[in-house]
Amino acid sequence: MANVLELQNVRKAFGTEVVLNNLSLSVPEHTATVLIGASGSGKSTLLRCINLLETIDDGQIFLDGQEITDPAIKVDDVRRKLGMVFQSFNLFPHKSVLENITLAPIKVQNKSADEAREIAMKLLTRFDLADKSDEYPDRLSGGQQQRVAIIRSLAVNPRLLLLDEITSALDPVLVNEVLSIVRDLKQDGMTMVLATHEMGFATQVADEVCFLESGNILERGSAEQVLKNPANPKTQEFLKRVHQAGRL
Amino acid sequence: MSERNNSAWSPSSREIERRVLRRKLSRKQGLIAAISSTLVLGTLVTILVTSPGWEVVKATFFDIEYGKEVFPTVLSGLWINLQLTFIGGIAIGIIALGLALLRTTKSPALTPFRFLATAYVDIFRGAPLILIILLVGFGVPALRLQGISSNVIVLGTVAVVLTYSAYVAEVIRSGILSIHPSQRAAARSLGLTSGQTMRFVVLPQAIRRVVPPLLNDFVSLLKDTGLVSILGVTDAVRAAQINASRTFNYTPYVVAAILFLLITIPMTRYTDRAIRHRTQAQNSEGAI
Repeated sequence: MANVLELQNVRKAFGTEVVLNNLSLSVPEHTATVLIGASGSGKSTLLRCINLLETIDDGQIFLDGQEITDPAIKVDDVRRKLGMVFQSFNLFPHKSVLENITLAPIKVQNKSADEAREIAMKLLTRFDLADKSDEYPDRLSGGQQQRVAIIRSLAVNPRLLLLDEITSALDPVLVNEVLSIVRDLKQDGMTMVLATHEMGFATQVADEVCFLESGNILERGSAEQVLKNPANPKTQEFLKRVHQAGRL
Repeated sequence: MSERNNSAWSPSSREIERRVLRRKLSRKQGLIAAISSTLVLGTLVTILVTSPGWEVVKATFFDIEYGKEVFPTVLSGLWINLQLTFIGGIAIGIIALGLALLRTTKSPALTPFRFLATAYVDIFRGAPLILIILLVGFGVPALRLQGISSNVIVLGTVAVVLTYSAYVAEVIRSGILSIHPSQRAAARSLGLTSGQTMRFVVLPQAIRRVVPPLLNDFVSLLKDTGLVSILGVTDAVRAAQINASRTFNYTPYVVAAILFLLITIPMTRYTDRAIRHRTQAQNSEGAI
């Protein structure tokens, strides 16, 4: 299987603080890679670097074999192949649900308004949000907003989906409606990299779990291996704390 | 939902008691407010009217007959102010938007323009408007350039537009900068270019956010158009001045002031309301 995403010795520092240190990662097609680790371990930064929202300080990132950390590359072309969903949803508050979803297909992919609308409505119907298409984001619950945000990133048919703690800002009751979309996408064969604190969910979808600590992957392997029988004492310590917080 | 809750509900006897008491209290408060207002305002008016200089003040500033006489001239002067405000307002909006976009762009090709826009804003925001009016109104005709108008109304408008574009550009720029970076990140991650992100995501939200301060500037603009009277434009101020200096009765100034107030007070009230709405909307936005 070809690797959709490949990171080699990536380093990222903000001032003197090294956030990613010599980090390497491969994501094969149709797999889900789950990043776990405490806040500040570098999960979000890693996703933002892949999406070129941050410039890395060393190393290389490849998307479908093409180096995207080449300074000459067209950043917008790379981002067109990537979908990103944020912890804080980041829907456009001045646009309706439908307009949020169709903006990129119309402006970036030059689809006609009708075609974009059709794609959007198909996705909205699939995820039970068709009746909300004309609402504005502030009229939706957090879970609905995040589902719309996921649909928005799917509408451009991304090669790789990046999900950054997408349930961390949600009421526990709403978490599942969002996670079930991700499970569906996993079944469709979508290639994903996701940062999460939901260990139970990680177990269900992850092909590989990576435990990040101070900017590096300390332990990686199947969910079974990393989450149930962690070898590294730091992973054990982290999972113990998660368990105490009642999140496992 | 309210239907379901309300159908079987009728207020308890305690609630009815509370309502009666609340009505009684609010009647009492209304009465106190009325008495206090009558006393204070009545005293002030009495002092004013019975003071020794009142008759002279009334004759000099509030001569109703003279006021009626000059009203049509001052009103037609005000029409000039209004025209200037609307035509100038449109030009200001366009120029200010351009300046604000140039000042916030990161495009390397536009670097010199960014620098020029910054210099422009610094100069015209920092220099007194009356100086700019004098410079443009008297200075430009002195050049005797061909093809450049020497009409004082045009030159006055140009001077006001030059200065206000700088003010308004800063307001729009502050709106652009107030949009949270996560909005930009979301747009860019969808593949929108920085230009598309500005046009479809940042600017619509920014403009909405700065409508109240822009309305404030619009009110100031209307008032400041009175300054072009120093060029000899017969606006409301100038019309009042001509009449006042002829008779040494200052009622025309009061007439002009009242006319301005009739427009500006409703506008400022509307602005205050818009600001209140904006604040409420922003507070609820925090929950998104």
